Amino acid sequence: MFARTIALAVAIANLAAFDGAVAQTANQPPDTMAARVEACTPCHGNQGEGTSDVYFPRLAGKPAGYLYNQLLAFKNGRRKYPPMNYLLEFLPDPYLQQMADYFADQHPPLPPVAASDASKEVLQHGQSLVSRGDPQRQIPACGSCHGPALTGMEPGIPGLLGLRPNYISAQLGAWRYGTRTAKAPDCMQQVAARLTEEDVTAVAAWLASRPAPVTVAPAPKGTYVLPFACGSEPD
Amino acid sequence: MRSCSPILAVWLLLFAGSSAEAQRKPDPDGDSVVARGEYLARAGDCIACHTAPEGRTFSGGRAMPTPFGTLYSSNITPDRDTGIGKWTAEDFYKAMHYGRFPDGGLMYPAMPFASYTKVTRADTEAIFAYLKSIPPVNQRNREHDLRFPYSNRQLILGWRTLYFSEGEFKPDPTKSAEWNRGAYLVEGLGHCGMCHSPINALGGTSQSDAFKGGLIPMQNWYAPSLTSNREAGLGDWSIKDITDLLQTGVSMRGVVYGPMAEVVHNSLQYLNDDDTRAMAVYLKGIAEPSPSPPASSTLPTSESSLLISLGKTVYDKHCASCHGTQGEGKPPHWPPLANNQSIEMQSAVNPIRMVLNGGYPPGTNGNPMPYGMPPFAGLLSDNEIAAVVSYIRTAWGNRGAPVSAREANELRSAPLN
Ligand code: HEC
Ligand code: HEC
Ligand code: HEC
Ligand code: HEC
Ligand code: HEC
Repeated sequence: MFARTIALAVAIANLAAFDGAVAQTANQPPDTMAARVEACTPCHGNQGEGTSDVYFPRLAGKPAGYLYNQLLAFKNGRRKYPPMNYLLEFLPDPYLQQMADYFADQHPPLPPVAASDASKEVLQHGQSLVSRGDPQRQIPACGSCHGPALTGMEPGIPGLLGLRPNYISAQLGAWRYGTRTAKAPDCMQQVAARLTEEDVTAVAAWLASRPAPVTVAPAPKGTYVLPFACGSEPD
Repeated sequence: MRSCSPILAVWLLLFAGSSAEAQRKPDPDGDSVVARGEYLARAGDCIACHTAPEGRTFSGGRAMPTPFGTLYSSNITPDRDTGIGKWTAEDFYKAMHYGRFPDGGLMYPAMPFASYTKVTRADTEAIFAYLKSIPPVNQRNREHDLRFPYSNRQLILGWRTLYFSEGEFKPDPTKSAEWNRGAYLVEGLGHCGMCHSPINALGGTSQSDAFKGGLIPMQNWYAPSLTSNREAGLGDWSIKDITDLLQTGVSMRGVVYGPMAEVVHNSLQYLNDDDTRAMAVYLKGIAEPSPSPPASSTLPTSESSLLISLGKTVYDKHCASCHGTQGEGKPPHWPPLANNQSIEMQSAVNPIRMVLNGGYPPGTNGNPMPYGMPPFAGLLSDNEIAAVVSYIRTAWGNRGAPVSAREANELRSAPLN
């Protein structure tokens, strides 16, 4: 497997020099990642900022390692969304890494916070789960992994701001029902399994009500210690 | 006879996908039998069916959905308990050549032995030597989950009587060695006819219809005729365009997509230049000019001219940036749509599905970072899809027929994986 990946990386590195079958002529699409991900941007926005569809997530600025893990999961069917599973099926892993790097490097502003129709009690419950968790039910604070400012940590933990409530609930639901799985140990599955419907509604509403922080960049790798192990964030 | 027909269709089903990654092309003339066997296993695309997503290579367990239930491919690693570790070379030859298990039992034709029977004994033995050399994986085969009566293997006998003729490839002495090498690969290990043949009333492929094209059941993709120049017949393609298509997935004339992307990704990209060229020579050779049937449409003329004018509006807004206002594209990466057989065929299934689902050609050694096309299923209505497909099938001198909104709607539910 390793040798194969190397061979492919070399092939990609040589792309510029490649002048065989896929000959360059004047009339070619731009040789950029932006042109190569045009298949993605109708759903994710030109810079990965997201679109008006509440289930289509923002990609911009998320940790590259996290985005790469998601692309692998879609390619291999561990995470299911048929239109994306289909697009990625025959793309080489080093190319998926480049797509991940591309969207991780985009920095369009976070969207303005939409007015929430959740009650004060619901928002308070959400805030308390995110910042303190619920030790009695063995739910760690979301911030203990996603960071005190909820901007995530390199390489594998995403920030939780700039996501819409419908998307957040759908993802937590997908973990509870097993249609989304991450690398083992799948810590997010363990967290999601302990949440009730009410908890999910509350955290989704509260997270979506947060204003953009000054810096949205994920914390560097190893900035803090996770409460338990995550396959997506090897130490 | 009726009762066995569904089983016959099973063998036409192929299952896209695998986590196989690129690798250096092994040299088929290399001194080691194992290396030659590895190369031949690539040419036979064993990995497409015998490796599950994220599964260990060749350990089987890949689910193959069929209209009659689900088949699971077998573990063909040399594990003694769960794989083929106890098989002799003779057992293996019997499987590949006759479609029989070591105890004489009949294999489902989803395992393409009807094509592999053409493979020589020496090549079959090289594949066996290679399979014996890979790491054994202890993973028990999963039972097939077929509904009664399809679970009864005796039904396979009926299929065999009609569609299976055992026998190694016989070269045609009137043709060049290169042509014959191409024929050997296409008809044998390449099992191209498994998809590129019409499914007749009995759901099988008859010899005389080989390579004449057909709709792949369950997947809803049309595998075009390789003999008709109105479909994927390559009679007027240059050899270079054909070899580019097979080796890299893209060419100046068109690109591969859907199940054909799987074939290029897992198999054809690994064939060496000589073998690729031989296949191209053969494919070009079997294409026969067929009289173009008058474009027939089920739509009244008034309706189709309205559709086509709406189609031009949709095209200029959503498609022209890549495919060009005159359908000229920017080949090979953004394929041309003018004079592109693959969208003019009688069956409009493929162009409709392309517009609904978009796609990337496979990433290959020759084209590791392909450009893609977005899916339009969520952006365009049935009417707009029908309109734009009707437009590209008839504009710029293209000779396809318009399609209806109903045809577009029906393909929205086609499976994506
Ligand atoms: C048809 C719309 C559509 C297209 C086209 C599309 N995506 Fe997505 N993408 C989605 C949706 C919807 C999700 C969320 C799926 C889910 O519910 O898990 C998603 C999720 C993702 C994620 C995970 C995001 C996260 O925060 O977890 C990544 C990464 C991604 N897409 C990248 C891409 C790339 C790269 C492409 C182009 C090759 C692409 N997408 C094309 C709709 C699309
Ligand atoms: C033990 C560490 C840990 C804790 C605690 C945790 N998460 Fe996560 N979370 C992760 C990891 C790791 C991922 C990325 C998983 C992957 O690779 O798919 C993730 C991903 C997510 C995602 C997906 C984001 C996207 O863009 O698709 C959401 C939503 C999420 N977490 C919400 C929460 C909430 C809400 C809580 C608190 C109730 C929480 N997490 C607690 C580790 C954690
Ligand atoms: C289109 C899918 C497909 C392809 C391609 C394919 N196989 Fe199979 N193979 C199957 C299925 C399905 C079975 C199970 C058949 C049955 O149970 O009757 C099978 C069974 C077998 C068996 C019997 C294993 C056992 O333990 O009983 C062997 C050996 C085998 N295949 C070898 C190969 C080799 C070698 C190649 C490549 C040259 C190959 N197959 C390509 C689908 C495929
Ligand atoms: C899994 C089923 C399957 C198998 C096996 C298969 N094909 Fe195809 N093929 C298709 C489908 C579906 C299409 C239509 C999509 C396309 O044009 O890429 C196609 C298209 C083609 C085209 C036309 C491409 C174009 O742009 O017009 C050629 C040429 C071709 N196949 C050759 C082959 C050869 C040679 C083999 C054997 C080595 C083969 N196919 C095996 C399904 C298959
Ligand atoms: C961002 C560039 C882009 C846009 C916009 C685009 N396409 Fe494509 N198109 C491509 C690429 C790349 C392929 C090859 C995809 C593949 O192989 O899976 C393709 C393939 C096709 C094919 C198959 C061609 C063949 O060789 O068989 C058809 C038909 C098609 N596109 C029609 C359309 C139509 C109609 C639209 C507008 C509704 C459109 N495309 C918009 C880039 C684009």
